[in-house]
Amino acid sequence: MDFAFFLIQLLNGLQYGLLLFLVASGLTLVFGIMGIINLAHGSFYMVGAYLAWSLSSMTGSLTAAILLAVPLTVILGMGLERLLFRHLYQRDHLYQVLLTYGLILVFEELRSIIWGDDVHGVAVPALLNASIPLTENLSYPVYRLAISGVCLLLAAALYFLIQKTRLGMMIRAGASNRDMVQSLGIDIKLIYTLVFALGVALAAFAGMINAPLSSVTPNMGSQVLIICFVVVVIGGIGSVKGAMAASLMIGLAETFGQVLVPEVAGMIVYVLMAIVLVWRPEGLFGRT
Amino acid sequence: MQKKSTYDRRGFLLGSTAIVGATAAGTLLPTGAALAQQGKLKVGLMLPYTGTFAQLGVAITNGFKLAVEERGGKLGGREIEYFTVDDESNPAKAPENVNKLVQRDKVDVVIGTVHSGVVMGMAKVLKESGTLWINPNGGAGAMTGAACAPNFFRTSFSNWQTTHALGKVLKAKGHKNAVFITWKYAAGEEMMEGFKEGFEKEGGKLTKELYVPFPQVEFQALLTEIASIKPDAVVAFFAGGGAAKFLKDYQAAGLKGKIPLYGSGFLTDGVLEAVGDAGEGVETTLHYADGLDTKKDKAFRLAYAKTFKLQPDVYAVQGYDAGQLLAAGLDGVKGNVGNKVGVIKAMEAAKIDSPRGAWTLSKAHNPVQDMYLRKVVGKENKVQGVAWKALADPARGCKA
Repeated sequence: MDFAFFLIQLLNGLQYGLLLFLVASGLTLVFGIMGIINLAHGSFYMVGAYLAWSLSSMTGSLTAAILLAVPLTVILGMGLERLLFRHLYQRDHLYQVLLTYGLILVFEELRSIIWGDDVHGVAVPALLNASIPLTENLSYPVYRLAISGVCLLLAAALYFLIQKTRLGMMIRAGASNRDMVQSLGIDIKLIYTLVFALGVALAAFAGMINAPLSSVTPNMGSQVLIICFVVVVIGGIGSVKGAMAASLMIGLAETFGQVLVPEVAGMIVYVLMAIVLVWRPEGLFGRT
Repeated sequence: MQKKSTYDRRGFLLGSTAIVGATAAGTLLPTGAALAQQGKLKVGLMLPYTGTFAQLGVAITNGFKLAVEERGGKLGGREIEYFTVDDESNPAKAPENVNKLVQRDKVDVVIGTVHSGVVMGMAKVLKESGTLWINPNGGAGAMTGAACAPNFFRTSFSNWQTTHALGKVLKAKGHKNAVFITWKYAAGEEMMEGFKEGFEKEGGKLTKELYVPFPQVEFQALLTEIASIKPDAVVAFFAGGGAAKFLKDYQAAGLKGKIPLYGSGFLTDGVLEAVGDAGEGVETTLHYADGLDTKKDKAFRLAYAKTFKLQPDVYAVQGYDAGQLLAAGLDGVKGNVGNKVGVIKAMEAAKIDSPRGAWTLSKAHNPVQDMYLRKVVGKENKVQGVAWKALADPARGCKA
């Protein structure tokens, strides 16, 4: 590997890491901050991808599809929180696991009924459908770079929302002491509904903008679920900063792992997680 | 709730009439009576009807039933009773699921399945029970290799077969070295071995084997690696969603048109709708193709489309041939499936007139078949010619 290719691989790793952050961001919010174990996170990702596919084939534009689909997923998230999750905050985590596992099955079945079991592709928007030549036979897709930009923006917005705004302060306070926040006259129920809906929308949004890169397939949700949990666990529960650091670490480890030690590439992420957990059981940026 | 019917006088009379009738017919047609005593032939279908491979399970079932329908709904003169189990492509449940058919339903023959892991789970149970087994898809080499048995038959392919002929193809195109990229799991590694052996025999060099953890679809790092190696050709195996994504990423990375892409036929089967023009020109080998233009293939495609309102694919062909192979076995013993040795002999000797072209079984009971070279043109895998005439799996380790 000469130096130019080393740099390109570095870019690959960072770009993949940012993508991971985008996919895991909804989970960071819902699991990390609200403390809900949401196994159905991957299903929301899948719902987003299928919405992007069906709406963009209807409207002919991915941008239009995203603008239409995001409000739909917010409504979906609010509905689910009101009907189901609300009743489980006080219960043991096991109930949440059961509920969200059930939701995975329900969403897979609904997907099969509504959209079928076929593999679909979503076209890259014409404006971004280009590649930048890097070497004589390798080019870099502009759309990937654009996604990286979106991920960075989103990360900044999320960090700002949680650390710097009044709403973020209430969310954090609610996470650490729900009853106290409520007795201070803050409508914690509404805040939770909003945060949960935001988490669902983020997962679905990740599915949407990732759809042109990864085809739209059944089971696509379960594939991202595990890596999302790894991101949150390495980064430290409740930390957006941690999730970002973990995503980038995993992105780089996977990229260089596949190239340098292909035989064990599948294990590298989990070895990394084990090392981090031994060294810092609360995660990189977790609170003890 | 329905009460159990009691044996009243009318029922008794009706029953005895039926028996008398049957006996009367029997004296006139002795063979007919012999068949009636055997009852229906019990066929167990163990296939995926839910999950990622659901469509494959349906195509195989349709193909099988079409073969039965073409014989008047009978095989070896016997009517068929179907028992169905959804295997969910779950290897962990394979022994339990196949036992439902073998022990509970006492089927005469098991047809299944798609997923290679489930196939190997079935093999353990069926080796012990000795039940007749026809596998219409899963290409795990061991089934007709180290784990082979007299009652095991396959009407599809071994993973090794689907890439072995590519060595010759690449050589003929003047490619001296190549890189193989696939998922790190059994089927991927078997296909890599199949290609490597074929290519090295032709004097080619496999520069590097690249693996992606199964079932991940992030290819960017390895595509960069391919660009830095600059091989004469790339050979790939992915399937379904992974295949669609690989074809698109290969194009987006600017490699398409610079380094020619080849693959096992599954790389471009069933995904061409999803990938736009990213598949155009990719050449693959498989035992079936579009545009074979034989009488048998045309008739099959027409009948399948008419019956099921669907276009058949390679999986439907494999299911259809499972029906044809079983028919040949039962014809050989006039429907007396109890004569297992006779059925096996008849199946071993059968020459299957398949839509893919005629094939016979190897000693290990895997098809000896022509591998076609196909090229993606539009939304079709157009046949370019025969890459390897009558290719047989080496069946390593098969001692049965």
